[in-house]
Amino acid sequence: MSVVFDLGEISLFGWGALRGFFTQRGRLAKLTLGIHEIGVRCFPIIATVGLFTGLVMGLQLYYTLVKFGAESALGTAVALSLIRELGPVLTALMVVGQAGSAMASELGIQRNDEQIDALQTMSIDPLGFLVGPRLVATLICFPILTAIFDLIGIFGGYLTGSVLLNVDSGVYWNRVFESVTWADVQGGYIKALVFGLLTISICAYRGYNTHRKASFPGVRGVSESATRAVVWSSVTVLAADYLITSFLM
Amino acid sequence: MDSFLKIRGLNKHFGDKRVLDGIDLDVAAASVTTIIGKSGIGKSVLLKCIANLLQPDAGTIELDGQAISQSRRNAQSDAGVSFSYMFQNNALFDSLTAFENVALPLCEASKLNKAEIEERVDEMLVHLELSDSADRYPGELSGGMKKRVALGRALITKPQVVLFDEPTTGLDPERKFSVFEMIVDYRERFGFTALLVSHDIPEVFEISDRVAWLDEGRIKFFGKPEELNTDAQSALSGFLSKANYGRKSSLMNGANE
Repeated sequence: MSVVFDLGEISLFGWGALRGFFTQRGRLAKLTLGIHEIGVRCFPIIATVGLFTGLVMGLQLYYTLVKFGAESALGTAVALSLIRELGPVLTALMVVGQAGSAMASELGIQRNDEQIDALQTMSIDPLGFLVGPRLVATLICFPILTAIFDLIGIFGGYLTGSVLLNVDSGVYWNRVFESVTWADVQGGYIKALVFGLLTISICAYRGYNTHRKASFPGVRGVSESATRAVVWSSVTVLAADYLITSFLM
Repeated sequence: MDSFLKIRGLNKHFGDKRVLDGIDLDVAAASVTTIIGKSGIGKSVLLKCIANLLQPDAGTIELDGQAISQSRRNAQSDAGVSFSYMFQNNALFDSLTAFENVALPLCEASKLNKAEIEERVDEMLVHLELSDSADRYPGELSGGMKKRVALGRALITKPQVVLFDEPTTGLDPERKFSVFEMIVDYRERFGFTALLVSHDIPEVFEISDRVAWLDEGRIKFFGKPEELNTDAQSALSGFLSKANYGRKSSLMNGANE
């Protein structure tokens, strides 16, 4: 029951933040900061994880496909796995680890330090001011980060498949371009948008409501909020992935 | 006394604990009223109810004859703020400079343009003797400077009522008097009504027009500071003697002689 209640609260929280953003002054400057926090600062980890995911997939799939004499399908397997599933999911999990946990901690500290109360006394909407720009930045950054993850991952698959294990590079890239359809890309973007909204809303909600939701006050409460934000977001991403895939397939 | 801020029958409880139990309080316009009482007795809760940060369970709070939610909407101040709140721990934004912290309510909630905001904030920083520290972050400021930045942020919108939650906590005696002087100075300059919570007894009485003693969820004494000596309530006498109030009396007597 409390999960349903929390989901309702998170939905209202996210909606309030989005609505609040559009009533703010200096939206562009705040959005730029949000894009820097969620997009730019997450880029290195996304690129690194994307590359290693592609490298490992190239290895694993090659040794599986070669048993059936189908190593020429390596490009198809790597590209579709990344674009449909692994790209959106791993991107979301990485952003949660990098930006989501930091956001939950920062908002938790601001709550404990009465900075959020201070905004209210100044007639500034705290949700629109603190959370809104990050949610809008999420809508912009998640699809781009996912696309970067996919591209670098496919390149990683090429490095192991073609450069290391001698699959013909022309065949690899031809299979990538032939097998990936717009529907696959669209599905990946839908997932990226949904995961982005869910994870950033959950992380911001946990931090913003540290005083109500954490079992402990003070620093331990902030620590608990950040931990729960990451756990909740990660589980939600996996559950939402299953649901969205069921609808898309 | 004409009441500018009028509180009637204010109740607030947390779980089983009733913190405020029928608070009645009348605060005159442009006066300084200090709320005293033991730690954890509900003084900050009362301020937060007035500032709309906490929702009271029962009772009414009126500002100039209007309910506070209405007065907030109709506020004459630049940012539509009828109340400002100076927090005990300052609540400054670490990622903003002193200038940006003071300018924040004007930038976000007023219709002033950039040049007007800069002029207003520069003027405030000069008054607060913070001009040289305008570009420094809160982490680079001393405790006294942070208090002054918080005071500047609370006053920059020219609010009608300023709520001070233990504004001198953690300051040395010299800084305490400096903050009290600033409150009096700015009250005279801007004409706001000040409501203070303070443990600095007897020093805070020097700047107070009225003192309210909060005990067991109620205002048990309300009057001028000089009336505290003649009050016969034993509980209040006990609180004041523990709060070192006798020292003031003897000092004052010594001065009179």
